[in-house]
Amino acid sequence: MYATRARRARPEPFAVHPGIAERLGLPYMDGTLAISAAALVAFSVFTLAQATKQDVPGSPYYFVDRQAIYGVLGIVAMYLLTRIDYSRFRELRVGIYTFLCVSISLVFVFGFAARGSRRSFELPFFSFQPSELGKVLLVLALAGFVIDGARNGSEWQRTVRYLCLGLFPAALVFLQPDLGTALVYGAITLAVMYVGGVRWTHFAVIGAAFVALTVAVLVVAPAVGTPVLKGYQEQRLTSFLHPSADPSDAGYQQNQAKIAIGSGEKTGRGDRATQTRLNFVPERHTDFIFAVIGERYGFMGAALVLSLYALLIWRALRIVTLSKNSYGTLVAGGIAGMLLFQVFVNVGMNLGIMPITGIPLPLMSYGGSSVLATFVAVGVLQSIHMQARLSQKGRFAW
Amino acid sequence: MYLRSDERGPAMTNRLALRIALFGGVAVVLFGVLFFRLWLLQVIDGEKYLAEAKNNRTRSFRTSAPRGEIQYRNGKVLVANRTSLALQVNPRKLPSDLRERRAELAKLAALTHSTLKRVRKTMHEELKLAPAAPVTLRRDVGHDLVYYLQENQARFPGVEVERVFVRDYPDGTLAAHILGTVGEVTEEQLKEPRFRGLQPGDEIGQGGIEDTYDRFLRGKPGLTRVQVDALGEPTPNGRLFTEAPSPGDNLKLSIDEKVQVAGEAALAERGLPGGFITMDVHTGEILGLGSFPTFEPALFTRPLTQAQVDETYRSPAAPLLDRVTNGLYPTGSTFKLITALAALESGKLQLGEVIDDPGVLEIGGQEFKNAGEAANGAVSLVQALEVSSDVFFYTLGYRMWNTGELQRWAHALGIGRPTGIDLPVEDETLLPSQHWRNQLYKEGGTDRPWSAGDNVQLATGQGDLQTNPLQMAVAYATLANGGTVVTPHLGKEIDDPAGRVLKEIDPKPQRHIHINPEYRAAILEGLHDAAQNGGGTSFEVFGDFPIPVAGKTGTAQRPPHLDQSWYGVLAPYPNPRIVTFVTMEEGGFGAESAAPAARKILEAYFAKELAHDASTEEEESEG
Repeated sequence: MYATRARRARPEPFAVHPGIAERLGLPYMDGTLAISAAALVAFSVFTLAQATKQDVPGSPYYFVDRQAIYGVLGIVAMYLLTRIDYSRFRELRVGIYTFLCVSISLVFVFGFAARGSRRSFELPFFSFQPSELGKVLLVLALAGFVIDGARNGSEWQRTVRYLCLGLFPAALVFLQPDLGTALVYGAITLAVMYVGGVRWTHFAVIGAAFVALTVAVLVVAPAVGTPVLKGYQEQRLTSFLHPSADPSDAGYQQNQAKIAIGSGEKTGRGDRATQTRLNFVPERHTDFIFAVIGERYGFMGAALVLSLYALLIWRALRIVTLSKNSYGTLVAGGIAGMLLFQVFVNVGMNLGIMPITGIPLPLMSYGGSSVLATFVAVGVLQSIHMQARLSQKGRFAW
Repeated sequence: MYLRSDERGPAMTNRLALRIALFGGVAVVLFGVLFFRLWLLQVIDGEKYLAEAKNNRTRSFRTSAPRGEIQYRNGKVLVANRTSLALQVNPRKLPSDLRERRAELAKLAALTHSTLKRVRKTMHEELKLAPAAPVTLRRDVGHDLVYYLQENQARFPGVEVERVFVRDYPDGTLAAHILGTVGEVTEEQLKEPRFRGLQPGDEIGQGGIEDTYDRFLRGKPGLTRVQVDALGEPTPNGRLFTEAPSPGDNLKLSIDEKVQVAGEAALAERGLPGGFITMDVHTGEILGLGSFPTFEPALFTRPLTQAQVDETYRSPAAPLLDRVTNGLYPTGSTFKLITALAALESGKLQLGEVIDDPGVLEIGGQEFKNAGEAANGAVSLVQALEVSSDVFFYTLGYRMWNTGELQRWAHALGIGRPTGIDLPVEDETLLPSQHWRNQLYKEGGTDRPWSAGDNVQLATGQGDLQTNPLQMAVAYATLANGGTVVTPHLGKEIDDPAGRVLKEIDPKPQRHIHINPEYRAAILEGLHDAAQNGGGTSFEVFGDFPIPVAGKTGTAQRPPHLDQSWYGVLAPYPNPRIVTFVTMEEGGFGAESAAPAARKILEAYFAKELAHDASTEEEESEG
């Protein structure tokens, strides 16, 4: 009888002997979320390994090695964030916001210019692009401001304040110039405001203003002679409306991406892929990596990737509902909005239904800053999830 | 207020739940759009895009095939090929900087003795036809230039040298008029069904037999398909498919080298614009055909200089004109053979009938005189042909002036209509008739309707008649062979590059007409007497010719020019194998210029027989 007890090894009600998994906090993490994120980055490494062998002369695994390192670093960062109570970030919102704006601004001074825009710092091992991590920082800070300001001022004043707080860093990024990331900042701002309960009428007004602004930027400003967008930006934004045969033209690139994906058919062309292998599709390791997947692995591969994103975003939305407090709800909502926006715009661009905006595909596109930032975002989600689980069990965090 | 807002439980109000549900709904819709679009591209339209992708990444290079040779009937080469170096510019590899590009093109223009403007024009035109393909700036460049460019390759990015085939003419000007040239297919020609499958830049025969027999001579260009990347550069190991070019078939002409050489030499010796043709009367095979003045066909294998353009295209002597097939002349008395046959066959003249020739015939107040106003007295047909009595034939012309019989027979013999020769161009010739002139009069093109005088003129090959030696040769051949209107032709057979006969060229006769053998015999006798009987018009020339012939002189009045000399001869008499026609503008009497030239041609044709005769004569004299 005693022996039986021992074999069952049931812990006494109040004597806690947590197992190794318990110690690591694994039961309180969202496993599906973690696995789908890890699977995406693994798929990215796998794809790069096959598609970029010839890209850097002499080092066939240039992109593969780096992306794999970013992936591992990202997973570590995700795990570390899991163990931190995200609610701390709310208190640090002013500091985070200041850091965000300053780091973006410093790029103008110390930044490394690539293809006519200054977006990143050149570090010994990789170039760090603050605006990528800034996406998460913006979510964390803005959610804090929304919670905090919930009682100050009229509803309209609050709406305008949130908008200004969100659009200021967006404007800084836009000036780098990086139109795509600026748009992501905008999407984040709207997502946080949406979950934060800003009235529908306010969104309607914002929507109308946005339409007016678009018309002004694309139609009126060039006509008056003071274009706001650079020529290539405008061309990219409108090119999906008129494909072209000029190889140097954005419409051509998009058309080539479409051909690449279509030619993959159901099961893909594998190493017989030509569109993405022979440079017909530009930026195949970054913005157009979805075209590579579409051509190489066909509908099966592309649909698998899309399904993983669907899973990721479903889990993010689920965490929005689970959160133990409003701050977590807003943060999760902002991250879910950020991910959804990026995936839809990037994949839509590859499929020829969205303009070319230079938004990377989270976790798939090659790039340390983007991969790390996305894992940080997932880590914050995990933290929200863990806190919710712990509070449900009536326990406090460490 | 005991708890800070963030430490309260999940802040799920109904409103928030609705918002999150809506958020999820939007996500579902957006993913639905992506999945649907993906499915549309890959599953529904996948095949189309796969085809586009395959099409995208290959580029075909054509390697030109050597054109078939053109040979004499004995197999000796008349037109061959040689390889030459062509200077090409690959527009994609030219410097992208406009100033550098301009500088390089200017340097190239200087090296090729051209101007920047002309180089740009060439590039512009070629690129319109075949975008992104290399543009040939100049063919047949010297080796010096090629070495220079190769040594300084770094300074001339995008410049390539390609080996191409160029026509070679070992015999110089010989047979220049019938050969035609070879040149790049034009935009208009590409639309014709016979050039289907060709691409801009491919070479085809332009004019002459190069054109007529182009489909045999052309050959099939080789094709290399390579995989290329987005910049159009071949990828390593990217060769997908290679098909070697297959050379064109050889064309053997019916041209007899000896006859051709003799004929052209005879024309050149006299130095007057004119032409000759020698043809087999039974088959229509042309044994020799030449026109004077002539030109170097090799001239057209490289760009012409301004001086050359002036000399060939603008010279009043019109060296490019083939006077045998495209001349337009009255024929003078050589036409009398036709008049005689028409009159006999239509019953307007009886064999043996005698007509008085006082030297002049008056019709409707107009006097028609014999040449030199000679009076021949009473003459029969044979005598009339022998001495070339104009009055005799004026009379025949008058007898048929409104019956149309002369025109019907001339037309049947091939005057004033295409002969069907295997050359691309036959000019519109004119056989004047009552209908033609009355029509013209009605339209106001002339001041009078058809009259007896018109037919009287035609009966002696004068007046409005406009024909050429080719048609006359066909008419003479028809009488000689007893009524078969042959199709004159230059091509004899098509051989494959190994020499095996692929095709005999033997066009069907145009038609058969019935000719009374007695009439034929009488006319030939008259012509024979004209050449080789004491009082004959060309006795001076052919009197001592060992082989019996039947020949007719002609002296065509062609004001404001001097008289044009004609001679038509059938040999050997009485069963002719060949007909030879010679004409010389401003050559005077038939016996003066044309007949001696014709004799030289016959000497060449009958060289063997003549040598044999000479040796037997020697033997006889020795014996």
